[in-house]
Amino acid sequence: MSTIQTIAGQNEQHPDVALVEKVRGGDLAAYDTLVRKYERQIFRIAQHITQNREDAEDVTQDAFLKAYEKLDQFQGNSKFYTWLVRIAVNESLMRLRKRRTGKTVSMDEDVQTEEGSVPRDFADWAPNPEQNYSQAELAEILKKTIQGLPPGFRVVFVLRDVDGLSTEETAETLGLSVPAVKSRLLRARLQLRERLTRYFRRRTPAAHANPSSPQANTTSPAQRQPHGTEK
Amino acid sequence: MTCTEFLKILDDVIDESIAAETRVEIETHLKKCGHCEVVLNTTRKTIEIYRCHEIYELPVEVNERLHASIMERCRRVR
Repeated sequence: MSTIQTIAGQNEQHPDVALVEKVRGGDLAAYDTLVRKYERQIFRIAQHITQNREDAEDVTQDAFLKAYEKLDQFQGNSKFYTWLVRIAVNESLMRLRKRRTGKTVSMDEDVQTEEGSVPRDFADWAPNPEQNYSQAELAEILKKTIQGLPPGFRVVFVLRDVDGLSTEETAETLGLSVPAVKSRLLRARLQLRERLTRYFRRRTPAAHANPSSPQANTTSPAQRQPHGTEK
Repeated sequence: MTCTEFLKILDDVIDESIAAETRVEIETHLKKCGHCEVVLNTTRKTIEIYRCHEIYELPVEVNERLHASIMERCRRVR
């Protein structure tokens, strides 16, 4: 079926297919539409990986330019968006490498860590805990928390849970196996949950007196017991 | 079902891709294990919070500058 992309089980084309065909025919306005549609998402992914705004802007530009130049190589057996994300992820990793003055940066970096693979803090969260913070405070907490993850976990979480790609699409985009994506996703989710518990736990009246200091919240020994015990 | 077994399938529980017979085992385990219930609920909430809050905002003027720059570069390589 060459470059014609269909949604599985249907004879319906993905809306991007028609736009891609138009761009191939020399219609730059069609590419403008594709750029508008995805530029914010590509920027967000680049910012998550590079952790640097300037780099994220450069990656966004470079990824769209590269996709435009290489559009003939797009086979249409994946979605245009996942193909574009793959380009952006590679560009982001290259930028990260440059920032670290040549140090190797890959999807596999730091994924061997066992940290956070087993829950340790079982304190329940306050109802709607995000409402205890201003938008700016919440954004800071969420940034700080996700920045602590290794890049290989961060990108899987962002693509799968924030961007909404399927496990298979995430695997294809990152050049990973499906089990590798599943393993990283579980650990990313658990690590984020563990770290957010510091801020979102149900507060005792004493701890509530100083809400700006999440470390001040004490956890009872019962809440801190390791989670290896079978019940 | 043990806590370790539950943890192994936590992602499938969150993504709701669990067989009906396993679902009964999970419900039975959650009824007696408060820790696993907390882990499930707070992990779900973690995902929801990240999905609902845009932490890297792209201001309109930066977006417009970026967009114009992308299209200008594409125009040049035609």
